[in-house]
Amino acid sequence: MSTAKFPLWEVFIRSRNGLSHRHAGSVHAADATMALQAARDVYTRRGEGLSIWVVPSNAIIASDPADKAMLFEPAESKIYRHPTFYDIPDEVGHM
Amino acid sequence: MLLAFALRRADDALVLGHRLSEWTGRAPLLEEELALANLALDLIGQARELYALAGEIAGDGRDEDDLAYLRTDREYSNILLVELPRGDFAFTIARQFLYASFVDRWWRATMASTDPRVAAIAAKAEKETAYHLRHSAEWLIRLGDGTDESARRAQAALDKIWPYVGEMFEAEDAALVTAGVCADPPSLRAAWDGGVNAVLAQAKLQRPRDGWMQTGGRAGRHSEHLGPMLAEMQHLQRTHPGAKW
Repeated sequence: MSTAKFPLWEVFIRSRNGLSHRHAGSVHAADATMALQAARDVYTRRGEGLSIWVVPSNAIIASDPADKAMLFEPAESKIYRHPTFYDIPDEVGHM
Repeated sequence: MLLAFALRRADDALVLGHRLSEWTGRAPLLEEELALANLALDLIGQARELYALAGEIAGDGRDEDDLAYLRTDREYSNILLVELPRGDFAFTIARQFLYASFVDRWWRATMASTDPRVAAIAAKAEKETAYHLRHSAEWLIRLGDGTDESARRAQAALDKIWPYVGEMFEAEDAALVTAGVCADPPSLRAAWDGGVNAVLAQAKLQRPRDGWMQTGGRAGRHSEHLGPMLAEMQHLQRTHPGAKW
């Protein structure tokens, strides 16, 4: 099997409990139609899904791991950005 | 007669399910390994429900395992198409497509069965076979319109299978059809022709000529392939009767 003819696709599944699509894994497939079927056959065998997205893996632009310190560490010292400082009235319910 | 009907349809599903299960560990790619196992499990599940119904009708205490594992090839009434060896991937896909094109339409028409037990099995099975049809059709299109080798293999598979498609359309028990228990296969032939022709055209494959058709499976006259398959499938139960996991 050549990866040129069977490129890689990333699979996203929306589960029954109404959350957004989450990355489930990846599949090899010749084209988008077959990628959707492969995703269905590999990742929804136990009733996991209500909706499937497949995206060509090479269409995903990823951040460079070497930039980790520059991109993410500055946020670690800004604890005031977390919403835990606020009292939520009971009437608001679940947020 | 309802007993023979349930056994016929259960045998079709079990034998084809077993043939598909033989791909486990041998599929051309990991994704298809799971896909073929999924199809096999759908069919074996349908067979279980039909055997359970047959056991209930027979009323002699036989359960689905007894019916699957303790009958000989002469007592099996599946069509010959489903017992042919799995062949290469093109053969497995071509057979699945031609069979699913028939059985999905048959289950859909049988969802209106006057027997609520049959109607319930049909409603569940039809959703499964609809996917079998879509999956095998998409593969056949890609094999036929793919490389020279995949096209050659897909055409060879069609040519080899074609004499076995006629048996799918043999009439069901007239009394059951009249009573509205199931759809009559001959009534589905035109829809099958249309669906199959459309996919073959897209796949750039030649539809083989309708010539002489094989028959005999429904009467227990099988090819030389069913006996060895049943021997492998049944040997554990026959060697250790009543064995449990």
